[in-house]
Amino acid sequence: MRHVITLLVENEFGVLARIASLFSGRGFNIECLSVAETLDPTVSTMTIVTRGDDQIIEQVLKQLNKLIPVIKVVDLIDKDFVEREMVLVKVSATEKTREEILRITDIFRGKVIDVGSKTYTIEVTGDEKKIDALLSLLKPLGIKELVRTGRVAMARGSKAITELT
Amino acid sequence: MKKTGSQIVVECLKKEGVDTLFYYPGGAVLPLFDELISSPFRQILVRHEQAAVHAADGYARASGKVGVVLVTSGPGATNTVTGIATAYMDSIPVVILTGQIPTYLIGNDAFQEADIIGITRPCTKHNYLVKEIKDLSRIIKEAFYIARSGRPGPVLIDLPKDILVGSTEFKYPEKISIRGYRPTLEGHLGQIQRAVHLILKSKKPVFYVGGGIISANASKELFQFAETLSIPVTMTLMGLGGFPGNHPLSLGMLGMHGTYHANMAVMESDLLIAVGARFDDRVTGKLESFAPQAKVIHIDIDPTSISKNVRVDLPIVGDCKHILLKMISLIEKEDFSSFKEGLHKWHRQIENWKSIYTMSYQQEQSIKPQYVIEKIDELTKGEAILTTEVGQNQMWAAQYYKYLKPRTFLTSGGLGTMGYGLPAAIGAQVAFPNRLVIGISGDGSFQMNSQELATAVQYRLPIKVAILNNGYLGMVRQWQEFFYGKRYAASSLEGHSPDFVKLAEAYGAIGLRATKPEEVVPILKKAFSLPEPVVIDFVVDPEENVYPMVPAGEPLNQMRLV
Repeated sequence: MRHVITLLVENEFGVLARIASLFSGRGFNIECLSVAETLDPTVSTMTIVTRGDDQIIEQVLKQLNKLIPVIKVVDLIDKDFVEREMVLVKVSATEKTREEILRITDIFRGKVIDVGSKTYTIEVTGDEKKIDALLSLLKPLGIKELVRTGRVAMARGSKAITELT
Repeated sequence: MKKTGSQIVVECLKKEGVDTLFYYPGGAVLPLFDELISSPFRQILVRHEQAAVHAADGYARASGKVGVVLVTSGPGATNTVTGIATAYMDSIPVVILTGQIPTYLIGNDAFQEADIIGITRPCTKHNYLVKEIKDLSRIIKEAFYIARSGRPGPVLIDLPKDILVGSTEFKYPEKISIRGYRPTLEGHLGQIQRAVHLILKSKKPVFYVGGGIISANASKELFQFAETLSIPVTMTLMGLGGFPGNHPLSLGMLGMHGTYHANMAVMESDLLIAVGARFDDRVTGKLESFAPQAKVIHIDIDPTSISKNVRVDLPIVGDCKHILLKMISLIEKEDFSSFKEGLHKWHRQIENWKSIYTMSYQQEQSIKPQYVIEKIDELTKGEAILTTEVGQNQMWAAQYYKYLKPRTFLTSGGLGTMGYGLPAAIGAQVAFPNRLVIGISGDGSFQMNSQELATAVQYRLPIKVAILNNGYLGMVRQWQEFFYGKRYAASSLEGHSPDFVKLAEAYGAIGLRATKPEEVVPILKKAFSLPEPVVIDFVVDPEENVYPMVPAGEPLNQMRLV
C-alpha cells in the first residue's frame, strides 16, 4: 500500500544521504521525495512517498525515527491530508494540436509558461491522479520532456506536524 | 581560555572519563598525537587500525565503559570499517576519532583522503564531520552520549587537520539536547502490567535473553525474576553470561548450535519472554515455524527490533533493567504460588529433553576441541574472560564453557568477524590487567589479526591465545561436508599455516603446543601461570563438527544431533 510520510529533520549536511541510504540499505523503496527548509531555518521538512505492507511501513517509520537528525515522523495515511505535486511538461505543438493543448491546460487549470516555435511548456499542480490524467491526455500529442517535483503533503485541520501524534 | 582543537579533544576526553586510547598515528592526526604525549591516558599502539576498534570494543564489552579509538585519515579510517561494523551489529559503545585532511581540501581527492563519513554512515549509530571548531566540544559530548545511551553503538567523529590546529575559546557544554534523540528508558506501565498477567497465566514460559541484558547491566534483575517464578532461561550467543550457565534454570544457548532442550523448550513454549534480543535468523531458524504456540512478550530499548522478524503480542520499549525491576515489584504483590506449582510439569518436560540428548563428543587419540574448552572451564571455574574468533572455535567456546557472569564472553555475534578475538582479548586485558583473559581461536581466524601479538608483547599484556588448530576453516568445511557433498573448496589450510609456536616466539611471546589429550591440562596450567602473553597451538581432530546443528532455514526442532 502507498504511504505518504512527512518528516521534520535537522537542516544539516548529510541528512538526505542518511535517509536515502537507510532506504537503499534496508531494501525499502522511495517512490518520490521532496525536501526544503521550513520557517525555522534549522529544520527541513521532507515528504516521502513509499510502498509496502504494514510490517515494512512499521519498520520504515521506526528506522526513520531512529536516525538522530530526524526530529519527527508522521505517516499521513492514517490522517486526513492534502497532497500536491507540480509538473512541467514540454509538449510538441503543431498547427493541429496547439488548440487542443491549450484546451487541456485550461481544463486542468494549468498555465503555459513558455512558448517555442514547436513546443509549449505547461505548468500544472495537483494530486497524483490529476497529474496522471493530464499526462495521459498530453501523451498522444507528443511529450518531449517532463519534470515532476514529487509530492508535498500536509495534514488537514489546524494542527501543525509538530502537534500531530 | 583559548585552546587548540587538539587540546579541546584531550580536555573533552578527560571530561568524559576516558582513561584508555587504542590508536595508530598518521599525517592528518599528528597535531593530536603531539598533544597526547603530555596527556594522562593509557595509550595502546596497535599494529592495524581494524584491531584498534576490536580492542576498544573488547575493552568496552569487558568493562561496560566506552572504548575510544584514534586513527588517521584515508587508509587509517577505512581500515576501521570492519571493526566499526562489528561493534554496530553487537551494539557496543565505541567512539572512533579519525583524522581528516583540512576542510578546504575535502573533495579534492587529496593524499589520504577518504569520505569516511559516507563510508561509515550505515555502520555507525551516528557520525560527525567537524566543520567548525566552535562545534568540536559539543560534538564530542554528543558522540559519547549517543554511543553509551539507548541502544549503544559506535559513533565516529571525523577531525580535519585545520580544526585540530585552529583555536577557539574552550567551553565544555554541561548540558546535552538532541531533539531527534530521546531514548525511552521506562517501559509503558500498562504494558508491563499486561505482561505480568500474561506471565502468570502461562504454563510453559521461557526467558529468551540476548545481549541487551548485558549492555543494560540487568543480569541481577533477570536472575531475581527467573528465580522468583522458576522460569527457565535460554540465552543467545550475545546473551551468554547474562544468566549463570550452571544454574538449574539455565537452558544454555538456543539457535543453530543451541542445546537440544533449549530449542525444544522454545518450540513448545506457550510464552516467550524476549529480553534484549532481536530474533536473529541464527536464533529462530525457519521463521514461519518458530515457537508456533507461543505468545511473545518483547522487551527492548530499540523499537525497530520489535516486530521486525517475529510478530510480537506484547511489546515493551525501554531499558530492560528498569522494566524487569518494575515487573518484579508487581509480581511480588501477586500470589504466584499456584503459578509456580503449575510449572512443575514444564520443568519435568525440560528434564526429559535433557535426558534425551546432552551435548557430548567422543574422546579419541587426538585432542578434541571441545575437550580443550571444557578443561579451560574446569581450570578457571568460569572466572576468566573469554574472547573468540568466528566459526567452530566460537561455537565450542559458547557450548562447552559455563559463563557465570556478564561481560566474560566477548564474541562477534552479529557481524561474525574473524580476526576479532585476539585484539578484543588485548582490549579486555587492558581493562582488567589482573584477570585471566583467554582468546579462543582457530588456525584461520588467528591469522587475520595475528600481528597484534606485537601489541600484547609491547604492553606486557598476559593474554592466553588457545588456537584450536584443525588445519581447516572448520565451519566452512563443516558446511561443505553437510551441504556441498564434501567438496572442500578453499577451506583447507593444512600444511600452509605458519608454525604458531615459532610465530609467537618471533613476536617475543611464548609459544606452546599440545598434540595429545593428556598434554592439554598441564599445558593450560603452565600457560595460566606465566606472566607473559602465550600462544598455545592445540593440534586437534581435523574433522570434528559442531553439534547440534539446525541447518540454515530449517525449523528450530530439526536438529542434527550427530
